[in-house]
Amino acid sequence: MTRRVVITGAGTVNALGLDVAQTQAAMQGGRSAIGELRMRDADRLTIRIGAQVAEYDETAHFNRQQIALYDRYTQFALLAARQAIGQAGLEFSGELAARSGVILGTSGGGLNTQDENYRAVYEAGKNRVHPFVVPKLMNNAAAAHVSMEWNLKGPSFTVATACASSNHAIGQAFQFIRAGMSDVMVTGGAEAMLCFGGVKAWEGLRVMSRDTCRPFCATRSGMVQGEGAGIFVLEEMEYAKARGADILAEIAGVAMTSDASDIVMPSRQGAERAMAGALKDARMAPDEVGYINAHGTGTAANDKTECAAVAQVFGAQADRLAISSTKSMHGHCIGATGAIELLACLMALSDGIIAPTANWREADPECALDVVPNEARDATVDACLSNAFAFGGMNAVLALRKI
Amino acid sequence: MTEEIRAKVHEIVAEQAMVDPPDVSDEMTPEDLGIDSMGLVEAIFAIEEAFDIQVPFNANEPQKSDFDYSSVGAIVRAVHRLVDEQKG
Repeated sequence: MTRRVVITGAGTVNALGLDVAQTQAAMQGGRSAIGELRMRDADRLTIRIGAQVAEYDETAHFNRQQIALYDRYTQFALLAARQAIGQAGLEFSGELAARSGVILGTSGGGLNTQDENYRAVYEAGKNRVHPFVVPKLMNNAAAAHVSMEWNLKGPSFTVATACASSNHAIGQAFQFIRAGMSDVMVTGGAEAMLCFGGVKAWEGLRVMSRDTCRPFCATRSGMVQGEGAGIFVLEEMEYAKARGADILAEIAGVAMTSDASDIVMPSRQGAERAMAGALKDARMAPDEVGYINAHGTGTAANDKTECAAVAQVFGAQADRLAISSTKSMHGHCIGATGAIELLACLMALSDGIIAPTANWREADPECALDVVPNEARDATVDACLSNAFAFGGMNAVLALRKI
Repeated sequence: MTEEIRAKVHEIVAEQAMVDPPDVSDEMTPEDLGIDSMGLVEAIFAIEEAFDIQVPFNANEPQKSDFDYSSVGAIVRAVHRLVDEQKG
């Protein structure tokens, strides 16, 4: 019998809120958290907007020793994991602990730690850095600290596929459970790239907007970065039912594809194969899908390609389903973005509310789909997809069902 | 100054296209030279560094940028204007 995989806990920290309830309320309200970037040397930035986790005080959550070890992205991961595991109501010990692991996505890892310490040695001319720079900046630090905090002793690692990292991570965790290697996995992604060096690097590509993120809008002007974490508890369905857990949704399928064509320009075929593959893996007919959480970066290259791919894969159903990009609200959270966007999928499946594409002004004939402009919508959604199409042409699409 | 700008732009474009500078002429388009959108972004970066100017160029909608890159000659004229505006 095929093992099925369900979500029993969700947690987040992002610019829209410090937990799932706040985040979903902001999504429902169509509120964009994009604003002026506040950071050291912001006056030297060309791009001065982003979706920062504002008014975040690390000392309110962690002690001095922890802060010495936890980069901002690790802190986000730990706070989100605490919410998700708390909601799932799991304690990890014995055989369960031995078989439960954590797979997280990130792209920049401890980029703030790198930025601060490069400043120290290059700009300030210091010849000595803090002893924990390496364990703080490494890309598996967040996953490692989650494993340590909750005694997760099974397979644990970090996936880095740029903007698709957390979808690849969640897809991998899903496959571990479906394959019988684990009964419970903690998964998602964390990212904190909004530091001077991080923003400077993105400026260079000249795809960043100076006003705001307007996915699928004729007046779009590029992407806007965000930061944060989204963490989920995935469980084998019978295991979750047997212990009486609240089931938020089923992850029914996943597909991963590579464009194998260009390092930055997306391919329609790669996106199509990923969406069609996820439907097939989930044994989901196109007309079951009521909502797609788009990759929707607000760049011309992504938005046009993604809409064309949806039209191709879904045919007539493409005009009936809703598709929105919540990056318009929480920004592009890079390696955490798919995980944060999964919260919009959960809201559609559980609450029957479709998050809008905020900041939208004018129809783009090349994005002629129902992009849910600016206002959330009530709808009965039984199944949905969550798209992630990364630089490098690496794509991962998740298919979810209501339980 | 105009000839210096032209020579430097030709040199940058030639390096991006992996050809010799004498093989670049003002009539050529980036496409003629095999320069794609990423190559254009890189060439503009090199122009900004060489002339210490800011070039208004958005890779999302290059056509909507206030920078005419339709031919090498157009780029030379645009750089000349930006140098005058920003360094004059």
